[in-house]
Amino acid sequence: MEFVKPTIEYAELWPILVVFGAACLGVVVEAFLPRERRHLTQVILAGAGLVAALVGTVIVGTGLTSLGDGAARGLIGGEGTLVIDGPTVYLWGLVLVFAIGGVALFAERRLEGGVSAFSGQAAALPGTEAERQASARGLDHTEVYPLLMFAVGGMMLFPASNDLLTMFVALEVLSLPLYLLCGLARRRRLLSQEAALKYFLLGAFSSAFFLYGVALVYGFAGSMQFAEINEAVRNDVDNEAMLLIGMGMIAVGLLFKVGAAPFQSWTPDVYQGAPTAVTAFMAACTKVAAFGAMLRLFYVAFGSDRWSWQPMMWVVAILTMLVGAVLAIVQTDVKRMLAYSSVSHTGFVLTGVLGVQASSELAEGQVSSLVAVLFYLTTYGFSVVGAFAVVTLVRDSAGEATAFPRWAGLGRRSPLVAGAFAFFLLSMAGIPLTSGFVGKWAVFTVAMSAGAWPVVLVAIVASIAAVYFYIRHIRLMFFTEPEGDVAAVTRSSPLTSVTIGVCVLATFVLGIVPGPVLDLATNAGDFIR
Amino acid sequence: MYALTESAHIPVVDPSSADGVFSLMWLVIALPLAGAALLLLGGRLTDRWGHLLGTATSAGSFVVSLLLFFQLLGREEGDRQISQELYTWIHVGDLDVGMDLLYDPLSALFLLLITGVGTLIHVYSIGYMSHDPRRRRFFGYLNLFVAAMLMLVMSENYVGLFLGWEGVGLASYLLIGFWQHKPTAAAAAKKAFVMNRIGDTGMALAIFLFFVTFGTTSFSGISEVASGASDNTLNALGLLLLLGACGKSAQVPLQAWLLDAMEGPTPVSALIHAATMVTAGVYLIVRSNFVFELAPAAQTMVVIVAAVTLLWGAVLGCAKDDIKKALAGSTMSQIGYMMLAAGLGTAGYAFAIFHLLTHGFFKANMFLGAGSVMHGMNDDVDMRRYGAVLHAMPVTFLTFSMGYLAIIGFPGFSGFWSKDKIIEVALTENWIVGLAALLGAGITGFYMTRLMLMTFFTNKRWKEDVHPHESPSVMTVPLIVLAALSVLAGVLLLGDWIVDWLAPVVGHAEHHEPPLPALVITGIVVLVVATGVAAAWFLVGKREIALTPPQDVSFATRAARADLYGDAINEGLVVTPGRHLVSGLLTFDRSGADGFFTGGASAVAAIGGQLRKVQNGYVRSYALSVLAGVLLVVVALLVVNLA
Repeated sequence: MEFVKPTIEYAELWPILVVFGAACLGVVVEAFLPRERRHLTQVILAGAGLVAALVGTVIVGTGLTSLGDGAARGLIGGEGTLVIDGPTVYLWGLVLVFAIGGVALFAERRLEGGVSAFSGQAAALPGTEAERQASARGLDHTEVYPLLMFAVGGMMLFPASNDLLTMFVALEVLSLPLYLLCGLARRRRLLSQEAALKYFLLGAFSSAFFLYGVALVYGFAGSMQFAEINEAVRNDVDNEAMLLIGMGMIAVGLLFKVGAAPFQSWTPDVYQGAPTAVTAFMAACTKVAAFGAMLRLFYVAFGSDRWSWQPMMWVVAILTMLVGAVLAIVQTDVKRMLAYSSVSHTGFVLTGVLGVQASSELAEGQVSSLVAVLFYLTTYGFSVVGAFAVVTLVRDSAGEATAFPRWAGLGRRSPLVAGAFAFFLLSMAGIPLTSGFVGKWAVFTVAMSAGAWPVVLVAIVASIAAVYFYIRHIRLMFFTEPEGDVAAVTRSSPLTSVTIGVCVLATFVLGIVPGPVLDLATNAGDFIR
Repeated sequence: MYALTESAHIPVVDPSSADGVFSLMWLVIALPLAGAALLLLGGRLTDRWGHLLGTATSAGSFVVSLLLFFQLLGREEGDRQISQELYTWIHVGDLDVGMDLLYDPLSALFLLLITGVGTLIHVYSIGYMSHDPRRRRFFGYLNLFVAAMLMLVMSENYVGLFLGWEGVGLASYLLIGFWQHKPTAAAAAKKAFVMNRIGDTGMALAIFLFFVTFGTTSFSGISEVASGASDNTLNALGLLLLLGACGKSAQVPLQAWLLDAMEGPTPVSALIHAATMVTAGVYLIVRSNFVFELAPAAQTMVVIVAAVTLLWGAVLGCAKDDIKKALAGSTMSQIGYMMLAAGLGTAGYAFAIFHLLTHGFFKANMFLGAGSVMHGMNDDVDMRRYGAVLHAMPVTFLTFSMGYLAIIGFPGFSGFWSKDKIIEVALTENWIVGLAALLGAGITGFYMTRLMLMTFFTNKRWKEDVHPHESPSVMTVPLIVLAALSVLAGVLLLGDWIVDWLAPVVGHAEHHEPPLPALVITGIVVLVVATGVAAAWFLVGKREIALTPPQDVSFATRAARADLYGDAINEGLVVTPGRHLVSGLLTFDRSGADGFFTGGASAVAAIGGQLRKVQNGYVRSYALSVLAGVLLVVVALLVVNLA
């Protein structure tokens, strides 16, 4: 047997490799560096790794060459397992930008008085002597940075994967570190650990469905490769039930990750229990990566069988928007409200997924649903990172104060911070002149063009219901008299405040002059099929 | 149903680009916007001179509007549409939404109304709000409102219009709830907010449908190609726009919020809930004439809604003892007249706008007059505790009378010209709605006379420590100006000026002969109004007015006092089912998820080990819901494809 040396396209894949390399290096640092020097080293390592990868992404993105005569640019690499095309590069950029924000929030130490928001010693049982000692010694879990880097690597791999197995591996690579990160909160550790366990159990459950679906689709198509699955879908009419069941089960795995109804049940608990910095990172990046993967799977592998999966997506999108909006109305905790709001945003993105797909099928100059979804993810990511970053600032003696009554009158005590939060909420509500409006506009129009007007109708109704709870919170901050104990804004280091500032700026600019970013998303072009 | 109008030539919006003085048009919006930003962000630093700044920006905007207007007068008729592109707001592929302004004869009139009446009301508010510690904030909101309203009428596309539409909604919400310490004010603000959201849904859907159908949202683009769309699409567009108009203009069935909105400070009621914002629906329909002219079914629906509302509002006006609510009922009814005219198509558009302008003057005048009376009566609004205010407040009385004579349509006053024209056109186009409009005029005569008598005449029924006095001149001068306008605004009809002026926007109607000679119709209208006035004189003026509303009244009166059960209908059809749905979902959520988590850290610590056991159960139930979801997804796929 002859051994053929695999060719790896290092020139295009190096951003991923940098991220994974920095993650591995982080593990080594953890093992060999003395405790007091680890924090700074890890932060620098993670930050530098992400920035280098971002630079690499830009370089790779500008260097992509056009493929054939279609609108797609890029190449298939890694022995057919990975695709580096326009959408991949755009999604990499998004993940990396939000991950840099995540690192900044992770590294914040002033809020807790010199230690990070992560548990001093995760192995110590809550409420025991060991825990007290760990906190008295000011211990810190600096493993969070390598964990974050591994997750980021998985998130970059996820939308770039070109076959079902790579996709599954990427799913697990991004999920496992997240499960751990969720359980590492310094305060309210029981809540945090339970969130982690829940997320893990349910995540494993849904992964199993994903894997089962992979097996069925392989049985149908005889291949894991998306292009070949597409070929089989196009030609083969036998065994359609097998394909449909497989497709459904794979969809479940992905819908679970983005938190679509009826798979949203983990979202509020996990968002609430996880350390807020992790929540911010996870809410933005996981959604970006998972939607990227979903788009690729459904447009490339199942694209020609669109009519069979779209009705199911209609139902899921409608259900998600309604469940998210209605349940957000009855929440009394900021993090839970944001969690349900993120569920409803998943529904809005799904509305965009239903739109007309490849630009080859569109009239000259029309927006493809890919562009709309990419833009929506961009706007939403900035608002959600910013909003959760503000949540980390609003505290009382027991740590972050997330119950609604604590936020009453915050606008009078700290108008700037409350103003920023109000701005993020307005953007999530889709008020004109914020980025959220343009994003909503984009996804609604593509869905409308594809004839999904019932979904758009529900989407508008849901976004109007959503305006109610966003505005209610703004009123709480600015117009309600505080009663009893209230929370105050704690001074943070520049890490958090700059992150919030950048998010405000991005939300504002994307609302006023969204043109350049929309152009960028348009230039990303098509998926390679 | 037969079509109410034959389609005449529908003008296309085809503006030239702005030059000379017209390149200043952005200033009209920018001035009040800058004022709002300074006042709201400047904080206490601006407390001392904030109200002056707010008034100055509004006045500056008025001066620019005047300049523009005179420039426009000097232009050829075919050259009176000017647009200014500020910048491209959203541009990707086909989707091209510019931050573009349009200045044409229609927006020119609106600009004058908004900035002119707006400035007068700013001046009046200096006096009215002088004792309020949050006066600066009030002026900031007023400026914000003016800027948003100007955006609404100056935008060259539906997206920009929607931006203004939402902006005035926000300002209205803030101003209705301005005295948030009153729970009724907070509730009223919320109600207005929710009901307007329903209308906004219609607007938003219409905009998407515009984009999907025509590939653009600009007036010029749509008016050019509108005739190419299918009838069903055009009718759907018309109905969606009507839904939006109903929400903003308080037309049946979305009327219930307007009466409650009177909880806001009176200058707000005068500016937003009488003169400008509530007429935005009329503007929307007139502006969208290129859709409605091609959508007869939607036009018919506009007429029906308008006819019902004009009677509904008039009936409410008869039963209210709160002076502001009586005026609000009348506003609703008068907007019904405008909508009616707008629904009648090319023959009516100009008169809709004409009535909108005269109504803007006389209703703002009367609201401010009512505010002046309340100011003198220790903020009491109950007309049963007024009476014989005439001598104590002569200026207010005189100016209010001008408004009164104008609204009932006393010959020669502005309202006479505008309402008479609407009734005439209505009778010409369809005698049923014509009769409804005629009946409405009679009821208007009745309730306005009742209000006049109960307030200014009859016996003194004042509370003990009330000593009415004339308001300061900063409040009476705007009243005098508005009174003069209420009397004189009829000159706009001289030589059919306003009809010709608006013709480039709404088109020229073919002349239809009314069923009776115009003078005879006028005579009948005057007679019907006189009957209404006389009825009020005998039923109210000649009798003793009880201090508390009598309870042994007919069913009709009781129904009118209860807003014709508008709230009950909303409650039964929308609110209650909605609430049950939410509580059902809430219960589901609680049992499935929430429970212990909302308690937060303390609950967790207290329940300790117990919680972990319970928590396992929760994961299981989550997993169950995931499993149910899997079934749903797979079954949905199989059913759709294999069944």
